Amino acid sequence: MRVLIPGPLRDYTANAASVSADGLTLGALLADLDRQFPGLRFRIIDEQGRIRRHIKFFVDGIQAGDLNPPLDTAREIMIVCALSGG
Amino acid sequence: MAKLDNARGRRATLLIATRKGLWQLNADAARRVWRLTGPHFLGHVVHHCIADPRDSKILLAAARTGHLGPTVFRSSDRGRTWHEAKRPPAFREGSGRVVDHSFWLAPGHASEPGTWYVGTSPQGLFRSEDGGATWDGVDGFNEHPMRKAWCGGDKDGTPDGPKLHSILIDPRDRNHMYIGMSSGGVFESANAGADWRALNAGVKADFLPEPTPEFGHDPHCVRLHPVMPDRLYQQNHCGIYRLDRPAERWQDIGTSMPKSVGNIGFPMVLHPRDPDTVWVFPMDGTKVWPRTAPAGKPAVYRSVNAGKTWQRQAAGLPKTQAWLTVKRQAMTSDHGSPVGVYFGTTSGSIWGSRDEGRTWKCLAANLPHVYAVESA
Repeated sequence: MRVLIPGPLRDYTANAASVSADGLTLGALLADLDRQFPGLRFRIIDEQGRIRRHIKFFVDGIQAGDLNPPLDTAREIMIVCALSGG
Repeated sequence: MAKLDNARGRRATLLIATRKGLWQLNADAARRVWRLTGPHFLGHVVHHCIADPRDSKILLAAARTGHLGPTVFRSSDRGRTWHEAKRPPAFREGSGRVVDHSFWLAPGHASEPGTWYVGTSPQGLFRSEDGGATWDGVDGFNEHPMRKAWCGGDKDGTPDGPKLHSILIDPRDRNHMYIGMSSGGVFESANAGADWRALNAGVKADFLPEPTPEFGHDPHCVRLHPVMPDRLYQQNHCGIYRLDRPAERWQDIGTSMPKSVGNIGFPMVLHPRDPDTVWVFPMDGTKVWPRTAPAGKPAVYRSVNAGKTWQRQAAGLPKTQAWLTVKRQAMTSDHGSPVGVYFGTTSGSIWGSRDEGRTWKCLAANLPHVYAVESA
């Protein structure tokens, strides 16, 4: 499925704003992303498996609160860096 | 003419870590003219950047951004190119603890090229044996059953988060090391971090119910003298101290500071060759702890007798209405003769002295909030 990559993470994706990744859950999709783009996951998911404070995930426009949502019907994942400028 | 920065004849370079990126200041041979280059990592919060004393081409930088989690970058060409750690410092999965930022980088012993330590916020100690590419927790500290008692909770502590800092390796014995923690105090290990003991006797902690506890102190910066490794200095939340091992009790050397200036600050800087000469940058520690130059009149204070007496060094610094704050990593010395002394401010200025603090000159201004200044 399509994953939209925010600007702060594009050093990992060779500046690609969208990439393809697969997974039955958001957690599995992030594992696939990290295989393709090593190091990306840890910048947005902490060592306890929690989404970092200023990172948001939207699955087809619906915000995900954790990494468990199934993605079997999902078409687009959006990663958002929120509320930490300045 | 002032001599070059070190025995290898390298010109003086300062690594300036800021809240918005990393810059370098490069001096001419006389350290009169400085050229600013950068930024690297523009927009990243860079808490610390240091050069490897075992191979000065190697730099490490501890960084995060407002959004992205903490990591470490490595350069093997003095900052021309950088590579991110493959496994940055992180607490054990299941521990419930999360590294907010890597705060204090320290090279390992001279006999262990490639070994590095990092202290984090909240208090954690991590070690790399591959030049900073992968990091593992030092379990003897991170998993110590007393760690939480020593440090308090992960949300306690200083305004930017509780920190493990001042990682000091005894040059005579790679297994002998010290750490400082805000809060927690100074701790010592004789077995490369496998176990630890508090080393705070004689140090005040007047913010606690028990003013002389075994641990829980707030050392802001601790230094070990490289040519006299039994001598430690610390600038503490509650004064300035010296410890000459094997003694166990710190001596209060801040009492001879002028009362109007006080003995509170963050950094502690050593002369690289003379164990009796140190510099501090006092800041206002009264009432609500403004942590600015006392009365808006910044000055460095130097002792040449191991803290018995102190001399004010302010020539060239602003005389009034200059409310400078200098953080614990933001003051350093070089290896020149005479020694160069430098500090960076939270208002983005870098000040330098090429004559051991006698006269000062602004080397750069208008940088972001300076977190660390290191001589490279």
